[in-house]
Amino acid sequence: MKKTLFTQIEGGKGFYALLATLAAVILIGMFAVYQMEHNGHWITGMNNQIVWGMPHIFAIFLIVAASGALNVASIGSVFSKKIYKPLAPLSALLAIALLIGGLAILVLDLGRPDRLIIAMTYYNFKSIFAWNIILYNGFIALVAVYLWTMMEKRMNRYTTIAGYAAFIWRLILTTGTGSIFGFLVAREGYDAAIMAPMFILMSFSFGLAFFMLVLMKTYKWTGRPLGDVILRRLKNLLAIFVAGVLYFVVTMYITNLYATEHHGVVSFILRDGGIYPILMWGGYLLLGTLIPLALLFHPATAMCRKAMTAASWLVILGGFSLLYVIIIGGQAYPLNLFPGYEVISSFEGDVGSGFYAYTPTLNEILLGFAGIAIALAMTAVAVNALRFLPESLADEEVDPHAKG
Amino acid sequence: MSDASLNNTSKTDLGRREFIGNGAKLAAGVSLAPGVMLYGVAHARPADQAVTDDVRWGMLIDTNKCAKGCDACVTGCQQENGWGPQSGNETKSNEYQAAQWIRKVDLRNTSTGSVHSLPMLCQHCEHPPCVDVCPTGASMKRADGIVLVDKHICIGCRYCMMACPYKARSFIHEPIVNPRTHAPRGMGTVESCTLCVHKLDAGEGTTACAEACNSAGHQAILVGDLKDPNSEIAKKVASVATTQVRADLGLNTGVRYRGI
Repeated sequence: MKKTLFTQIEGGKGFYALLATLAAVILIGMFAVYQMEHNGHWITGMNNQIVWGMPHIFAIFLIVAASGALNVASIGSVFSKKIYKPLAPLSALLAIALLIGGLAILVLDLGRPDRLIIAMTYYNFKSIFAWNIILYNGFIALVAVYLWTMMEKRMNRYTTIAGYAAFIWRLILTTGTGSIFGFLVAREGYDAAIMAPMFILMSFSFGLAFFMLVLMKTYKWTGRPLGDVILRRLKNLLAIFVAGVLYFVVTMYITNLYATEHHGVVSFILRDGGIYPILMWGGYLLLGTLIPLALLFHPATAMCRKAMTAASWLVILGGFSLLYVIIIGGQAYPLNLFPGYEVISSFEGDVGSGFYAYTPTLNEILLGFAGIAIALAMTAVAVNALRFLPESLADEEVDPHAKG
Repeated sequence: MSDASLNNTSKTDLGRREFIGNGAKLAAGVSLAPGVMLYGVAHARPADQAVTDDVRWGMLIDTNKCAKGCDACVTGCQQENGWGPQSGNETKSNEYQAAQWIRKVDLRNTSTGSVHSLPMLCQHCEHPPCVDVCPTGASMKRADGIVLVDKHICIGCRYCMMACPYKARSFIHEPIVNPRTHAPRGMGTVESCTLCVHKLDAGEGTTACAEACNSAGHQAILVGDLKDPNSEIAKKVASVATTQVRADLGLNTGVRYRGI
């Protein structure tokens, strides 16, 4: 195999137009944050029942996708698949950028974002949240070191060990993210140990979809060759991950259905809950899983770039749908405080089968998009400043044995 | 126990506590001291003395006495702690966003049809999930069993609200003016029932909701030290059947119910 030549991308008009667009999205998001922090959270759709809303869906999506974006690098370093090695720097860069984007949303949505320093200095080690603060910071540091070993020739011999460390760390990190929900014993919609491995599969899938989109767009816009050999590998991998998530989702609901006491929450999510069944069946299953699988495997579309792009977008859309159902649906389903009793009136409105309603406001969504823009802007600036991207990913470059 | 008799008891105890406390120190009566201290600490504690686990504050709510349609406990708490419509705060928050330290709930038994009314509030668990999940340690349990939020280090992440099985916590969704000095409230932080910690620390031995319930003539709320075998609440829980809400979670709540 030829030595891969990494170069910066050109900072042309298109590049600065992209940066300006992202900066505008970030600025608008920061204005939304100012509104939320100045007026208080009453201007959002969140309340004392639905305490985590749209910002958390964006944030958790980005955090989950961050650890998944590192997969491409891990396959190269940990599983010694040489074909993935040219993609490793971009993979690690995206991992850091997505995580920072996601954390920015989480922090800016806090009731007291000005107290970030307290979150960094006061730790309750029984809290999975506190562990996550350490896991997230550690991930950024570890992946930065991993990147350094890849990009600095003298450090190349340490790449494998750094890759291993980052790989193990990211598995623990996503377990931690899934456990945020898995450990909530009182909420029927959560409280399942399967959340942790399910989140790991979700990270594989969402992260790779995001990675593929960034890779294809960047190579298209910069006019660099991107061959079918590498894309075939990536799209097959994506399909396997999408199917993997489906397996966990189906298993979670089937096992939940086994216990009669969970029939209520499952029928709420899958049948009676209004927006939640629509997002689950239409958003996640049909658009986010079945159609992408068909696009990625059907002979007519399997190697079509447009189909791959569409499939990646759909996987992301499905990911948002699934997270919406898990995060908001889990809160909308009322807590059963009094088994054997029916709540007939309450000053708080938690009456009978009354599910809690949530309507996200524009501010929350703008903050979410700002997080994505932060991740993309960081990536764009980095690939412009440093040698992250191979000059060519044409078939003969990535795999000398490839035909056509 | 009526309002008046409670006050009388606490006044008497203040003098006795000082006398016995000093006496115990002088005599260095090690064998006597634990019992004496228990009695003393339960009723008033000097500000410079740390809270101990010799006391476990608890509440017993008798749903047979709790009247449907009565919300004296809720308004009593609002007046004491400065939340709710009368406080002039949270005018922009909707009903799901405004604070709710204590709420009245009416229940119907699905098999027998019997109807019960009761107040829901922080259950002051021995093993509080809100304390477990709080990343900074702002959610905390005092040695005497009272679960509180340290308003100085709460970052407003709301993880405790996700974890609380009783939905007992509220997030402050807008700026607050003129909070009570004994019950500070600030936008962007989480709050819940404090079991009127300021009153218990002052040796009043009761809470605003219990006082309001007594004034309304129901006597449905009894507050006291669950560890003191001579306290009315301890005698009661030892002699009648009481329930913990979601006892299956094993949280050992400090608030108990009778009649459900």
